[in-house]
Amino acid sequence: MRLGRVTGNVVATHKNEKLTGAKLLLVELLDAAGVPDGRSLLAVDAAQAGVGDKVLVVIEGRAAGAALRRRAAPVDVAVVGVVDTVDTGADPPLAP
Amino acid sequence: MLLARIIGTVVATQKDERLVSSKLLVVQPLDAHRAARGGQLVAVDTVDAGFGETVLIVSGSSARLAGQLQETPVDAAIVGIVDTVELTEH
Amino acid sequence: MQLARVAGTVVATRKDPGLHGLKLLVLQPLAPDGAAAGASLVGVDSIGAGVGETVFIVRGREASFPFLPRQVPTDAAVVASVDSWFVDDTAPES
Repeated sequence: MRLGRVTGNVVATHKNEKLTGAKLLLVELLDAAGVPDGRSLLAVDAAQAGVGDKVLVVIEGRAAGAALRRRAAPVDVAVVGVVDTVDTGADPPLAP
Repeated sequence: MLLARIIGTVVATQKDERLVSSKLLVVQPLDAHRAARGGQLVAVDTVDAGFGETVLIVSGSSARLAGQLQETPVDAAIVGIVDTVELTEH
Repeated sequence: MQLARVAGTVVATRKDPGLHGLKLLVLQPLAPDGAAAGASLVGVDSIGAGVGETVFIVRGREASFPFLPRQVPTDAAVVASVDSWFVDDTAPES
């Protein structure tokens, strides 16, 4: 999973029937410090997320389909949680 | 699988109910020499790992083969705590 | 599937029960010329490979297939030891 922020809603009336009723969000990916890494993805919403929310994003087809509770849905990204806090505490050094 | 270091925890109250009892950790992937490499991920902990530990993460649909994650919307899981990495340079 | 060199071993005492008894190897993917290509990763051994060996690895969900019916939570596995390979330098570049 990645951390992300919801930056927009996407309306798509004409879509594959497996996506009927799915809410589509535009999500930018963040690092642990909350800094966008430049990637923006389209995700189906499985967590009632809204614009501005920091969220958990799965980027894998079967996981995204599981989030939507539909088998063989043509999706590969889903929002599965709304983040309350990210604690990186006394960030340990990454070098050994 | 990738080596990674645990650099944080995530609290998310509002989430898919199949994730409700899962511990979510922020991990920084590492190369074989334990230097940071690549973007940070959030992974579900299945082995009771702790802050600062070096762990093994599985990503993609294989992540759901770990623990009790079979039907959960998860794409990364922590499946081991690394004791040692022994490298032989050629 | 990819060529790789076994660069080391990983010891992890506390791990998912699905990984118990399996050998974990540090793998360095290789380009056709034998040079290191891309980031190293950790894979599960299915053939008894050793450090320094050239092997071929499979990634993704399929990496768990050599262990069926066990459900091994891995996204990379060593599935063959490579004896030699040949690259035809005269073939046109694709």
